[in-house]
Amino acid sequence: MSDMPKADELFKSIDYTPPLTGWMETPVNFSPGNWCYPAKPEKIEYIESKLPGLWGKAREWSPGDADWKLPPNWRETVVNGFRERLEKFRTLKLFMDICVRCGACADKCHFFIGSGDPKNMPVLRAELMRSVYRGEFTLAGKILSQLTGSRVMEEDVLKEWFIYFYQCTQCRRCSLYCPYGIDTAEMTMMARELMHLVGLNTNWIMEPVTNCNITGNHLGIQPHAFKDIVDFMVDDIEEITGRRVKAPLNEHGHEILFITPSGDVFADPGIYTFMGYLMLFDYLDLDYTMSTYASEGGNFGSFTNNEVMKKLNAKMYHEANRLGCKWILGGECGHMWRVVHQYMDTMNGDTQGPQMTTPKSPVTGTVFDTAAATKMLHIVEFTADLIKHGKLKLDPTRNDHLRVTFHDSCNPARGMGLLEEPRYVIKAVCNNFFEMPEGTTREQTFCCAGGSGLNTEEILEIRLRGGLPRGNALRHVQDRHGVNTMACICAIDRATLIPLADYWAPGVQITGTHELVANALVFEEGEKRTMDLRQEPLPGFEDEDDDWTPPNTEEA
Amino acid sequence: MNALYSLLFVFLLVLIPLFGVDAAHMKTFFGVCIPITAFIIFLLGFIYKVVNWGRSAVPFRIPTTGGQFKSFDPVLFKQNKYDCPQTGAQTFVRMVLEVFAFRSLFRNTAASLHETKDGPVVAYKSSKWLWVFAITFHYSFFIVALRHLRLFLEPVPFFVNGLEFVDGLLQIGAPTMYLADIGLVAGVLLLLGRRLVNPKINYISYVSDYFPLFLILAIALSGIYMRYFAMVDVIAIKELTMGLVTFNYHIPETIDVSFFVHVFLVSVLMVYFPFSKLMHLPGVFLSPTRNLPNDTRTKHHVNPWNDPNIKAHSYADYEKQFGPFMAEAGLPLDNPENAGAEEKA
Ligand code: SF4
Ligand code: SF4
Repeated sequence: MSDMPKADELFKSIDYTPPLTGWMETPVNFSPGNWCYPAKPEKIEYIESKLPGLWGKAREWSPGDADWKLPPNWRETVVNGFRERLEKFRTLKLFMDICVRCGACADKCHFFIGSGDPKNMPVLRAELMRSVYRGEFTLAGKILSQLTGSRVMEEDVLKEWFIYFYQCTQCRRCSLYCPYGIDTAEMTMMARELMHLVGLNTNWIMEPVTNCNITGNHLGIQPHAFKDIVDFMVDDIEEITGRRVKAPLNEHGHEILFITPSGDVFADPGIYTFMGYLMLFDYLDLDYTMSTYASEGGNFGSFTNNEVMKKLNAKMYHEANRLGCKWILGGECGHMWRVVHQYMDTMNGDTQGPQMTTPKSPVTGTVFDTAAATKMLHIVEFTADLIKHGKLKLDPTRNDHLRVTFHDSCNPARGMGLLEEPRYVIKAVCNNFFEMPEGTTREQTFCCAGGSGLNTEEILEIRLRGGLPRGNALRHVQDRHGVNTMACICAIDRATLIPLADYWAPGVQITGTHELVANALVFEEGEKRTMDLRQEPLPGFEDEDDDWTPPNTEEA
Repeated sequence: MNALYSLLFVFLLVLIPLFGVDAAHMKTFFGVCIPITAFIIFLLGFIYKVVNWGRSAVPFRIPTTGGQFKSFDPVLFKQNKYDCPQTGAQTFVRMVLEVFAFRSLFRNTAASLHETKDGPVVAYKSSKWLWVFAITFHYSFFIVALRHLRLFLEPVPFFVNGLEFVDGLLQIGAPTMYLADIGLVAGVLLLLGRRLVNPKINYISYVSDYFPLFLILAIALSGIYMRYFAMVDVIAIKELTMGLVTFNYHIPETIDVSFFVHVFLVSVLMVYFPFSKLMHLPGVFLSPTRNLPNDTRTKHHVNPWNDPNIKAHSYADYEKQFGPFMAEAGLPLDNPENAGAEEKA
């Protein structure tokens, strides 16, 4: 972080004037900082042993070197893989043909807005692939070449893919504005599948993938350690509320299986959100269990290929069946919910056990028909329903020290349409809520710039550039309304928004929505709380604890 | 540069019939052979392409959502029915709005950077120029094309007459000046201008982006020239065109050469169409991010190539591996033997 330019210097360095050379002739920057580290060979060997044939050869290599140690037949592998995917995905084939290069998507990508690099315009990002499609698969492209934007697959092209398809967070903002709904995120997914075939990958994705498969969560937390962490949180809750909450793990015979992204178990400020869940469930005396085996809701396979996505997702139903749970409640996560909403039932619906039923709130009796197929409910829906039925005693003044805005996480917003429920919940538990400017929220929300496997230190500058649109909107409400807290419903956001806010809107802290709920939740008559979940004094109790220091915001 | 190449190319295309037709007995070739061949290529190419798309699977439903989805409580959380449709009917409306009103383009914004006294600001403002240009162009083109039906149908259908009447309401000069003609030329010029002037758009434009614009411009201009300046013999032309559709070819002698230029350029457009980005016309109907209801959590959908052999890393294996730790931590085990599988901590 030391050699990072200051925020306004970085801002001044952005130039939207395209270079003089055409994009095919403009060289790509391979200097360190522009790419994520490749996966350690043992990670690839492991996943190859589970899903053979999708990974190329495990090896030590670096994008900074001239020789990427590609397999000798890499070209055929990529071209054949491309052809196969054109048949398997109409999206890919159609989106290759119908872009008119109108440029409506050009300035919609946060990476373009923050970098000015034309290859970060979604249309050009897709052209990196489309040009090869024309050159390899269409007659016109073969005849007319460069003038019509076609070229054949070469090593330089593949290397360019590696850089730019790992500079797309698959947030789909571009797709919203395209007159034909062309979804660059979909092409990014395909490009990544193809790169995996010849061993181009990143460690920040592949290590979580292998961990998720082995230990059930992306951090590789083993079951006993997982239990320890949960116990710590139970202790903390006792300190804050005087109440010892239940935290059932791996128990048979409960109605509900609760799964949240493991980021909530591990790092600040996700753990406060996790504590929030525990407190809420205890308050309701909910008949539920968590699982150390299915301890990751986030699906790192979705950044990799369809096969891993399916394999990692399958553990959710597998565990619900084993434990005899009727339905699954899911925590606050972005890409987990994109997968749950758009893919889960199609991929793994047939593995649901006969015991599974449409989610029904045991507290209010509401039947959630909207989740009839997946049998999986979003916790924000669950809580919104509780609040609507007056089942929670809430004291929003406990959040009066917070002036809150809400960051719509891309996946729930543009991949689901989950927009109102979190706002409803936050407004019920906070008195000071402020929206960021129009055009930066709801379906038009801006990405945290660290999604889809980019949440890694070695590309911090790219992330902070991509974070400009979100950070700037945040700064706006900070200046205007004194906002000091940004709530979200995504575990990756809870990690990535911290450096983003520190850089673009210093002084704003990041929180999950259920942390706010738990702060406001009144357990029993006359309950006195002096601190919030961060053990920060509540309004009116400031003196008791004035040597408090802010939580460590460093990332792991 | 790309624009120049395209312009030059269209210019050459104009010359071909100009010289060709004058070289006497080529009239049948330009008036009959070429247009019929072009039409067949257009039709077959169009169908091939659409069928080819259709043959690819749509394994997953991935609609882009542009608003609130259908919630468990539709009163409290009102569904945005047309940007986040959940039923076939709602999706249909979404598509109609998309196809006829270019709804997504209507939403367009432009981002800009500003240095203010309060620090750097990224601003977004609504930008409807592209929408205006595109609507002008497409509707004019559509109306002009429809008007041409009068040449191919006998009797002329009522809606074509009606359209002509409305289109010609502003009676400028004689013969009647049509609004759509002006709209078409203006639309092409605006779209072209945007491509040339906006550096970002210019940067992403190929020959294949300029070529259709210049071609359509040439078609429009040759049509206008025929009608308003050469004052071609419309009766004779109708004789020819009706001959084409009834397979009863006849080339009247009185037809001006400008007609052959016009027909030749239209033929080029028809041939070019199925192999180019112009296929966005049928493509927009097939786009899976727009034409599917957002109902994946409610309804089961089938992926035709779903691989049932991909299974989760099983819990049994997990317990085998971590059994001793789990036992020690007091976590329940399905198989008590796993507790001591490996005596190590
Ligand atoms: S908005 Fe769509 S059609 Fe226009 S350039 Fe972007 S991807 Fe292509
Ligand atoms: S999906 Fe998001 S990150 Fe990727 S090109 Fe589109 S706007 Fe940019």
